[in-house]
Amino acid sequence: MDLTLKIWRQKNSSSKGKFETYKVNDVSPDSSFFEMLDTLNQQIIEKGNDPVAFDHDCREGICGTCSLYINGRPHGPKRGITTCQLHMRSFKNGDTIVVEPWRAKPFPLVKDLIVDRSALDLIIQAGGYVSVNTGGIPDANAIPIPKMNADLAMDAASCIGCGACVASCANASAMLFVGAKVSQLALLPQGKIEAANRVQKMVAEMDRLGFGNCSNTYACEAECPKEIKVTNIARMNRQFMKAKVCAEKHEAASFGG
Amino acid sequence: MGLFGLFLAMFLLVHLTINLLLLCNDGGELFTAASSFMGTNIAIKIFEYVLFGGFFIHIIIGVIITLKNWASRPVGYLVANKSHTSFFSKYMFYTGAIIFIFLILHFMHFFFIKIGWVQVPAGLEKHDFYKMAIALFTNKLYSLVYIAFFIFLGFHLNHAIQSGFQTLGLNHNKYNCTIKRVSLIYSLLVAGGFSLVPIYFMFFF
Repeated sequence: MDLTLKIWRQKNSSSKGKFETYKVNDVSPDSSFFEMLDTLNQQIIEKGNDPVAFDHDCREGICGTCSLYINGRPHGPKRGITTCQLHMRSFKNGDTIVVEPWRAKPFPLVKDLIVDRSALDLIIQAGGYVSVNTGGIPDANAIPIPKMNADLAMDAASCIGCGACVASCANASAMLFVGAKVSQLALLPQGKIEAANRVQKMVAEMDRLGFGNCSNTYACEAECPKEIKVTNIARMNRQFMKAKVCAEKHEAASFGG
Repeated sequence: MGLFGLFLAMFLLVHLTINLLLLCNDGGELFTAASSFMGTNIAIKIFEYVLFGGFFIHIIIGVIITLKNWASRPVGYLVANKSHTSFFSKYMFYTGAIIFIFLILHFMHFFFIKIGWVQVPAGLEKHDFYKMAIALFTNKLYSLVYIAFFIFLGFHLNHAIQSGFQTLGLNHNKYNCTIKRVSLIYSLLVAGGFSLVPIYFMFFF
């Protein structure tokens, strides 16, 4: 396959970026998208230039490190996969592929295609955990959990925090991410105890960081590599409103011990 | 915004019912009775302020949220998003803006006349909404513009109802499909129902 690539190049966060056009020839349809980018980088390095910087780690769709907005879709044209699981057979010989970084105010650009997604970590730090005291391990059967809740919590927990939901959303909203992180705990008995406090803190942090608001276009669900459902957003909204109306006021409500 | 939106959607049903009375071939007797009840009943008069409040809050929150959303992506993409989303959901702000223009036009033709902000058209009385409606709907250009606006209201409502439920967290796997169907039926009912009146006056009056 012979391809033309239009890639966003930007030296650092303060410099001005622009699209550069590259040609890559003899690409195997069975190679992965990243192998194709590795080939391109090899060509660039051999010419003595700076290779294209992009995020990647596990290259098997489990770590959530890779990103890339490819031809108008986060993680490329296939449903339910990350960029590292994308293969060149998804494109045609002679195609022009436009590769852009995730674009959102809370994701400042670091270099080329790499953005800083630590805003998502800050939301987790605001309350996306369960305060567990140390002690003896309780019997597994001592806390009955309905199978459906266990399954829904597991589905929500499959979020790898890649940020594709933010990248695809017309409003750069992180509500699918936060909805999943709220749901994975709120659906289980251990997480219910701090549920009201958690949802308020995580939503407040999301707003503070400058993410947009959900207008229910559901692009996030369409692009999530783990196919997380927008019902998690509805659950978060429900819990948030319930917490705002019913939860008692805490003096310096805090987690942990 | 969702809560006020759903409230306004409910009001449309009341308005539609009264409008459909124009189709009764009784010289406007029923329509005049209904509109004078709406104009004189104290409870309805109080509710009028609640309704204006609903419109105001829905529009203001909508504009504020949209501006905040636009600010959340200061640098846009070169290739526009190609994700599979519902078509109408992407244009809610714009369909809303079109409906707002109609709302001003509508107020100028009826409500502002009633409260004295706009002069009463020649040959008509201040509270004679039946004759005012006939004068407008027998004008073919106005009727076509009216229908066009209600088509946009239909587009807006098609997404709005289900979106309102989702925003309020009223989501249940037993009822999600029903909510989507109700959204579609309601938008068709409102757009079609309101459009029936100008169609009647254009072709059958």
